[in-house]
Amino acid sequence: MKVDRRSFLGLGLGAAAGITVSPMMLKIMDDSSILTQTTKTWPWALDHPPFDGEVSYESSVCSLCPGSCGISVRKIDDRPVKIEGLADYPINDGGACLHGIAGLQYLYDPARVKTPLKKNGDKFEEISWDDAIALVAGKLSDIRKSGSPEKLACIADKGQGSVSGLFKRLLKTFGSPNFYTMPSLESYLEVTAAALHGEGKTIGFDLENANFVLSFGAGIIEGWGSPVNCFKANASRKDRHAKLYQIEPRLSNTAANADKWIPIKPGTQADLALGMCAVILKNNLFNSMATGFTGFSKLTAMLQKEYSPSKTSEITGVKAADIEKMAISFAKAKMPLAVFGKGRGDGAQSLKEMAAVHTLNCLVGNINKKGGAFILPKNDYLEFPGESMDNTARKGFSKAKTGRYVNQLVEKVNASSKPVVEALFVYNSNPCYALHNPKSVKEAIGKIPFVVSFSSYLDETAMEADIVLPSHTFVERLEDVPSGAGLAKTVVGLTKPVIEPVFDTKNPGDAVISIAKALEGSIAENFEWESYEECLENVTSGIWDSLSEDGVAVISEGVPSGFVNVNISFIANNPVTIQAQGDYDLTLIPIDNMRLISAGTAASPFAIKTVADTVLKGTDIVVEINPLTAKGLKDKGFATLTTPMGTARVKVNLNEGMMPGVIGMVEGLGHTFDNKFVSNKGVNVNDLIGPVIESGSGLDAAFGIKAKIS
Amino acid sequence: MSEIENKAENGSTESAGECTSGDTKDDKGLGLGVIFFIVAFVVCFLSGTLLFPKLLYSKKEQPFNFDHELHVSEAGDCDACHSVREDGSFTGIPKLAVCLDCHAEDPLGETEDEVVFVEEYVNKEKEVPWLVYARQPDCVFFSHAAHTTNTDCKVCHGPIGESNSSRVYEENRLTGYSRDIWGKNIFGIKKHSWDRMKMDDCAECHKKETGHQGYCFQCHK
Repeated sequence: MKVDRRSFLGLGLGAAAGITVSPMMLKIMDDSSILTQTTKTWPWALDHPPFDGEVSYESSVCSLCPGSCGISVRKIDDRPVKIEGLADYPINDGGACLHGIAGLQYLYDPARVKTPLKKNGDKFEEISWDDAIALVAGKLSDIRKSGSPEKLACIADKGQGSVSGLFKRLLKTFGSPNFYTMPSLESYLEVTAAALHGEGKTIGFDLENANFVLSFGAGIIEGWGSPVNCFKANASRKDRHAKLYQIEPRLSNTAANADKWIPIKPGTQADLALGMCAVILKNNLFNSMATGFTGFSKLTAMLQKEYSPSKTSEITGVKAADIEKMAISFAKAKMPLAVFGKGRGDGAQSLKEMAAVHTLNCLVGNINKKGGAFILPKNDYLEFPGESMDNTARKGFSKAKTGRYVNQLVEKVNASSKPVVEALFVYNSNPCYALHNPKSVKEAIGKIPFVVSFSSYLDETAMEADIVLPSHTFVERLEDVPSGAGLAKTVVGLTKPVIEPVFDTKNPGDAVISIAKALEGSIAENFEWESYEECLENVTSGIWDSLSEDGVAVISEGVPSGFVNVNISFIANNPVTIQAQGDYDLTLIPIDNMRLISAGTAASPFAIKTVADTVLKGTDIVVEINPLTAKGLKDKGFATLTTPMGTARVKVNLNEGMMPGVIGMVEGLGHTFDNKFVSNKGVNVNDLIGPVIESGSGLDAAFGIKAKIS
Repeated sequence: MSEIENKAENGSTESAGECTSGDTKDDKGLGLGVIFFIVAFVVCFLSGTLLFPKLLYSKKEQPFNFDHELHVSEAGDCDACHSVREDGSFTGIPKLAVCLDCHAEDPLGETEDEVVFVEEYVNKEKEVPWLVYARQPDCVFFSHAAHTTNTDCKVCHGPIGESNSSRVYEENRLTGYSRDIWGKNIFGIKKHSWDRMKMDDCAECHKKETGHQGYCFQCHK
């Protein structure tokens, strides 16, 4: 027998037949088909399917924005997997916005600070909580010993709530009056209420009942006020046969949804409001109570002289006949309501504009009436025990604040060659991103020798800090969340931890208490609580039962009663209207978009993904411009936008919904910190706009800036 | 006859002649070819049947031995530990908290497994990483609540309640799933209803019980 070609053929055929008849082929085919479906095969899929476990729901309150919505967190065993709106909650009644539902993404944000950090040269190094607190306390003690305790400053996102209360208390007992808040709708409402009705008050807008809403650029469905509450009020508008007139330079979603859009030259809303006041006064359509307002006759005289319909028309670009018609319809409406706060209401605003718009409310007599503007006492449910202060504290605290608002603080720090502020606390805010001209804010923070950030994320401001004491996110912490932001009722909600802290972070309240205790002496005496939890229970004792049992305490609801004093002297003096900075022909204005967040916290990866191509195309920001203005520019083409503050490469969206002469750029993009999902996309519009301080109020009132595009 | 036809005829005669003479010569070669075929067939068939499963599946031990029979006699039926929650979802292998309902006090029993359980998991408050024999692929939806009302656990899971020790867990190296899904028999032949847990087995039972094998989206949602 000889081994030849046929033998090998037999061998091959035999092997093939053997393999085919064996179960191997069938099994491999079956497994291969399963393999294509498993997460094991796809690197971009999860390492494992979601864990199975017991489903439960926990109620809490969202504190991502001032909306303060009730949320229901769906959990599988101990792991939160979904956020939904909480049914029957007095603010949002089951509704939720896209930022709220994506709130869990913040928990695992790539930019989260996982443990306390200390800056060494240009880099951060990890340190323990004990070392970090000792370091902060040591530095603060040195400042105090030097006899200038007022050189400790704090910038927080808001003035209300017990955590801000603890920061204020620490500063006061330390000896510093320098507590600042970032601009917010709530702070503007308080400033306006103070100008017209006296200190300690705020304004609520009864949008749910008003039947003629005159919105001076307030983005009712773009995130103004308490967003979900506003969505609901707007959604019921048609059923209630209520009208909405939107006055702004751009056909925003709110304008498109309104009964009428009145395009107006940017920054002239105050003039239009005053022009309308003049028509109401001229036609005797005002409420009889108005004659008793302080400054009424002066206002009447001023308006007759300065704000005739034709003059107003010239300033604002709105036709004189339209101004008259609109003013008369407003005054004759059963429940009229004028709303101020351009966009989301937390950007730069002018007191003249806010006071002028609110004067409309006062003149038509809708103050503390159903569907009108409610003058509410400031949310003061907190009962902190009285402070005991030593001499250093008393002396320091009695000194004047370095600046009236945070912008002036920045200005003063930059203007002085000596350190005006020795140490700065930054809590829950990102001034190096959110204020106009962030470059100068960074410069100021760089000049402050010791900066402590209490941020959860290594954002633009935390990057500039010397110490980062990382805070729990809103799903990991306990905190009281007072409503505000133009709501017509006063509600305090309780944010509760729904998951054990993912990293080595602390409740900022606990961090402040630890610092105070480490400072010893009279400061520590004012912080004798074992923990923030004990402090919260103690200072909210009046409402703690309902907070802890129901998760919410409704402090006031319905139409407030009582006489409201109205003083319109501020507006009767006709303060100067702010002009945009620069000499170019066009005006750049910021646009608020519901899908982005313009304040400190960046939008979540989910929210960023939902932004339209007409706002952000890839990593390029898209600006809106009217085809009549965009001479020589191509739709979807690139252009260079120049303002006195800087230049940016932008894409162009030719849009007839934007007034000629105006360029619109969205707020909330252009973050630069280390988060691959949200950073390095587009441009931060604040980089292109500089602050313009309004004389009298001291507010940064820059509604935009002059610009050119080529 | 044309020239072409002539050529064709001659050609075929020649080739036929060659073939006849070659037949006797190649008989031995063919015989060896057959032997090679048979040997290769047998070797490959046996490899595919006996060696292949050994390569395909890796063997893993459970964290410690579990005596189902003892637990059934002490705690009660399957649903004493493997229950359906109020919302209809199935608890599967119980969490440590359920074990601690009985094991919270001093160790129960004196076995080595009890020592491992208490020292490694109870004291360290760690969940026991049990390997689940019956875990189905991610793309399959299965409701225990809908099946346990009229089907005995044994129909799918076999007489596991009578076992005294945990079997070795065999994991498919390709897919990561348990061998129990395909079944111990590599040919996929089953004697009992619980020998396999593939889609065809679901369909077979559905056909028998409901008259229809079911629609795709009932399980693949």
